[in-house]
Amino acid sequence: MFYRQKHLLAIEGLAPDEIGHLLELADSYVLLNRSGKTQRDLLRGRTLINLFFEDSTRTRTSFELAGKRLGADVINMSVSTSSVNKGETLLDTAATLNAMQCDLLVVRHDQSGAPHLLARKVDAAVINAGDGTHEHPTQALLDALTIKRRKGRIEGLSIAICGDVLHSRVARSNIHLLTTLGCDVRVVGPPTLMPADIASFGVRVFHNMKDGLKGADIVMMLRLQKERMTRSLVPSAREYFRFWGLDAEKLAFAKDDALIMHPGPMNRGVEIDSAIADHPERSVIKEQVEMGVAVRMAVLDTLSRGDGRNDV
Amino acid sequence: MSDVLIHNVRLLSEGLDQQGDLLIQDGLIADFDPSLGRPDGAEQIDGDGAILCPGLVDMRASLGEPGFEYRETIASAAQAAAAGGITTLACLPDTMPALDDPALIHMMRTKGEETGSLTILPYGAVTRGCRGEEMAELGLLTEAGAVAFTDGAKAIASARLMRVALSYARGFGARIVQHPEDPSLAGSGCATEGDQATRLGLPGIPAAAEAIMVARDIRLARLTGGSVHFAHVSTGEALDLIRQAKDTGLNVTCDTAPPYFDLNETAIGEFRTYQKLSPPLRKDEDRRAVIAALADGTIDAIASDHQPRDTDDTRLPYAVAPPGGAGLATLLGVTLGQVHNGNLSIAQAIDLLTARPARLLGAQGGRIAKGAPADLCLFHPDRIWRVEAGKLPGKAQNTPFDGRPMEGKVIGTWKAGRRVFG
Repeated sequence: MFYRQKHLLAIEGLAPDEIGHLLELADSYVLLNRSGKTQRDLLRGRTLINLFFEDSTRTRTSFELAGKRLGADVINMSVSTSSVNKGETLLDTAATLNAMQCDLLVVRHDQSGAPHLLARKVDAAVINAGDGTHEHPTQALLDALTIKRRKGRIEGLSIAICGDVLHSRVARSNIHLLTTLGCDVRVVGPPTLMPADIASFGVRVFHNMKDGLKGADIVMMLRLQKERMTRSLVPSAREYFRFWGLDAEKLAFAKDDALIMHPGPMNRGVEIDSAIADHPERSVIKEQVEMGVAVRMAVLDTLSRGDGRNDV
Repeated sequence: MSDVLIHNVRLLSEGLDQQGDLLIQDGLIADFDPSLGRPDGAEQIDGDGAILCPGLVDMRASLGEPGFEYRETIASAAQAAAAGGITTLACLPDTMPALDDPALIHMMRTKGEETGSLTILPYGAVTRGCRGEEMAELGLLTEAGAVAFTDGAKAIASARLMRVALSYARGFGARIVQHPEDPSLAGSGCATEGDQATRLGLPGIPAAAEAIMVARDIRLARLTGGSVHFAHVSTGEALDLIRQAKDTGLNVTCDTAPPYFDLNETAIGEFRTYQKLSPPLRKDEDRRAVIAALADGTIDAIASDHQPRDTDDTRLPYAVAPPGGAGLATLLGVTLGQVHNGNLSIAQAIDLLTARPARLLGAQGGRIAKGAPADLCLFHPDRIWRVEAGKLPGKAQNTPFDGRPMEGKVIGTWKAGRRVFG
């Protein structure tokens, strides 16, 4: 075993061999899932709780399916974030879950660092399923698995991450993972949607798609939320699409065999053109969803072994 | 009250640094000299070479009263202050209700007297309810004993209102104390914008938000002839502007607080809310600029910037936790750190904690002089201890210095001649 953490809270801080271990294990789950012969008893008697403080259908479903395929008892809890005191809810819920002796706790929260806070208060292994604008580690792992299976490698590839990097936890996790594994990572988007000092993460920053996509093996698009327009970070959806939306013309700047990725859910016509999103050879967006289940199985499997004190 | 002779100490106060004895009589400093005889009936305390300085004058602290007693009461703050060598403290008016009425100013002064260990000098609110809209009754508040005016942790955002306040307060000889941060630029930010905030996915506040407000208010001070004081200044850029303004003779002063010269933004680690402060912890280059400004005199005082929080406040996701750190018990120790590492002389450090803030506040204490109130702090500059949240004096335990080893410990505090600590 090569994974040395009790939790999966962030990609930042993981060593290449830890990431490699999760990806290899996930790869084997892809084959098992496709053959229909999943190990239905690996997590028998274990309790997995999906604790979602923020709406999410696909991530929650993906974790639920992963847990069930491994035989865990899966419980979904959705906690409204509209309650006045979110923090109280968070720690009160943590105390409740601890009393229920949950083994694996999957958390999504709209506040950066909320899973870290929970991890300090519960005995379960905590998996960050997206926290604020901080990280979304399983998304980065499933993106890496998709890339690895399609391209045969990760190291040395050129990857353009495009759009609202400022508010994207997916971008942060991907930047950490892909730079750790030796990729050439570029971030592309308007200056108002770029986090401060992002270049210090070992990425190159571009403000136009032509330069940013040049020679890219992978074009990873990010979701642009409508709220960014009301805060004047970009003037309008049509202007955004004109300069940073992925269409055939802009895709042509990338390599001929560049793959198109998107973490979903997509805003068609805002950050990505429908024809591109559904491109039969180049778009791997549906495959990302399939990889998501396998990656989450690998994470649950790994964290449930040895109570997270693997090989230490 | 019996007389007390404090024997064999290093007497340190503005313009005074000598080995000797100090005699307290009737709550006042009766005499000090290289050698004093013990009067009949006087209690003698052997200082054993420790330093005796004026009781510290903390020009910026929040108290839980009125309105937030669950965080801290005045009695518990007084206990922490005494343990930290503080005998005079200026409290912020953004309480519940805000200190925008003369009766509340009287109440805070009286509550201070009732502690028997701490003089409380209240700031008055610049605006009613510290809401930043209508100006409070600055004249009546001054008459009631408000030492200066501020909206506490909230910046006076409107340039027009700041102009009016500076101009009107000038008529009463009062100073306006600003929290220097442009609120529209700071937004909902909770960490200094840059690689740290980006890494943690926290909304950032550009460091320039401080300098922008400082630049504006310096110009308004010039326009009005008013006096502006910038609280907890934390960036080199803002300090450069203040230095220039002082050179041109404007009535501009400022203070900083220990976190801004002892810690940088990396102390936040993995979302540690005890390190969530306002202004947020800065980059190390700004920390070093704060030290330089302490050394060259640009900064007039070191204040604790004490902000009591209880566990319900700190056990929250970082961005929603209220900012602020407890600072009373650690004010002297952290400041002495800059003496031990050679950045400040011991005399500079003590002046920044006593005489200089006392002058800004028009306070009685802050100096060792015959006939002055015997507000004194006896400390050993080299004695070691470790800061431990949960074991600090007083109720507020949210120290940003949790775990920090300290060199320099208060061993006795006197308020008006009465020993209140040690």
